[in-house]
Amino acid sequence: MKLEMKDQPGQLVAALQPISAVGGNIIAVIHQRETSTTAETLDVQIVLELPEGRLENLLELLREQGVSVVRIGEERLLYECTLIVIGHLMHTDLSDTVDRIDRTGSAEVTELSLAMPAINSPSSARIIIRSTTRAEMKKAIRILRDVAGQKNLLIIEPLEDA
Amino acid sequence: MIRIALLGFGSVGRGIARAILAKNLEITVTGLADSRSGIIDAGGIDLAAALARKGNGGPCGSPGVSPADVVAKAEYDVLVEVTPTNVETAEPALGHIRGALRRHKHVVTSNKGPIALAYPELRDQAAANGVLLKYEATVCGAIPLIHAIREGLAGNTISRLYGVFNGTCNYILTRMAEDSLTYEQALAEARELGYAEADPTYDVEGIDAAIKLVILANTVLDMQTALDDVERTGITLLTPDALRLAEDQDCTIRLIGEIVPEAGVLRVSPRIVAKAHPLVVEGTLNAVTVETDLAGDLTFIGKGAGSTETASAVIGDLLYIHDRYVQGS
Ligand SMILES: NC(=O)c1ccc[n+]([C@@H]2O[C@H](COP(=O)([O-])OP(=O)(O)OC[C@H]3O[C@@H](n4cnc5c(N)ncnc54)[C@H](OP(=O)(O)O)[C@@H]3O)[C@@H](O)[C@H]2O)c1
Repeated sequence: MKLEMKDQPGQLVAALQPISAVGGNIIAVIHQRETSTTAETLDVQIVLELPEGRLENLLELLREQGVSVVRIGEERLLYECTLIVIGHLMHTDLSDTVDRIDRTGSAEVTELSLAMPAINSPSSARIIIRSTTRAEMKKAIRILRDVAGQKNLLIIEPLEDA
Repeated sequence: MIRIALLGFGSVGRGIARAILAKNLEITVTGLADSRSGIIDAGGIDLAAALARKGNGGPCGSPGVSPADVVAKAEYDVLVEVTPTNVETAEPALGHIRGALRRHKHVVTSNKGPIALAYPELRDQAAANGVLLKYEATVCGAIPLIHAIREGLAGNTISRLYGVFNGTCNYILTRMAEDSLTYEQALAEARELGYAEADPTYDVEGIDAAIKLVILANTVLDMQTALDDVERTGITLLTPDALRLAEDQDCTIRLIGEIVPEAGVLRVSPRIVAKAHPLVVEGTLNAVTVETDLAGDLTFIGKGAGSTETASAVIGDLLYIHDRYVQGS
């Protein structure tokens, strides 16, 4: 999620404190002095990660601090993870496999490339999962591992976390 | 001068003998055995002659002398145990090592069985008898990983250790990626070149890599684990398609062994790795990254197997013992 505000003196400090107070995680602070703006204000963009349902709470705290939020941009699916799946994907209902992740609501399969194999041999697919938080990604991968166990699929995970 | 008894005269044992002959290492072999024969000679065994006998398909010594005789009767400072690995019983190596420790002799081994299965007992017995037990060659052949972690990185906390621990699998995956070979084709090629055994199960199912993780976990990472604790997936089901799908994203697939000490995680599985990652090494090489708090990340790359390369690790251990314990003898 992105917060934009005018940086009047002291506003940045006032804005950062409530974020950690509601359990948020600051990913980037982008300071941008625009030539068009008046001398003493500048735009600040804060990219942050918030636990589900804490946004109202944060905005209230920010208002109390006198921070004016110009714009809130929500980018829900911040984390991305590429995996490769090998097995009898078609025979084991590939769309059900994808569904089980999408059903979580906080992670989804956003890309799927399937290599068509020779008849009767196992097929391989690359899937990209996106999620709102790191914890949700872990959960999605756990689901995928469970499904793989049931359907006898081999999951190749990346070396590094999302 | 350091006197050794050498048990096992195969690839590693002969590599050690050739290095001793080729260089002035101040190592004398006073006992030697293979599966069928042995020699005991306090004055020093003629290694060139023993290599020649072995080269002609004969035994290294006389049939009347057993490995147990060499352990019990030869005059040596260090037992060098380089017989085949057995991951179920660790024998006969375990018996050889116990016998030498009982005689207050140092032990150097390349044999994974006894270290993976019985390290605490052997370490305690060595300590009680005032001798050293060294096993650098059991993990990643020529790479001095155990020495680096124990000595060079002493004082660091290791948060994660991961890498390529099996050269056979790395060769197969390299070839599948390079030339779109199937797993079966790449395995056949590895066999032809002598990189894979007739029965490759131990390598391709990730058992060899898992044993190395257990050794590292139990000896330098303060964990207490067994082979069954390792979550393990091999490479036998990988397809050329899977490698191509990884390739499309500038990645490849490698069999990675990973330990996360704090989470108690030990796992061996094929993983997607960016091609630019330092662990993506070619052919039969091994590579290991160690993440530490003080030193940061370190990656070690080198030959994980081979006669001379594995002998290098054994000789390093021998000279370490020589410098600290047997000087002047
Ligand atoms: N090769 C490598 O690159 C490498 C790397 C790291 C660790 N290691 C480990 O080092 C050890 C030796 O490997 P290697 O490649 O040298 O094996 P190898 O070529 O198969 O040689 C094994 C040797 O041990 C002898 N042997 C077998 N059973 C014996 C027994 N009961 N008592 C005494 N000697 C016995 C064999 O006798 P015969 O000659 O009569 O058959 C042979 O000389 C293994 O534990 C292996 O896992 C090897």
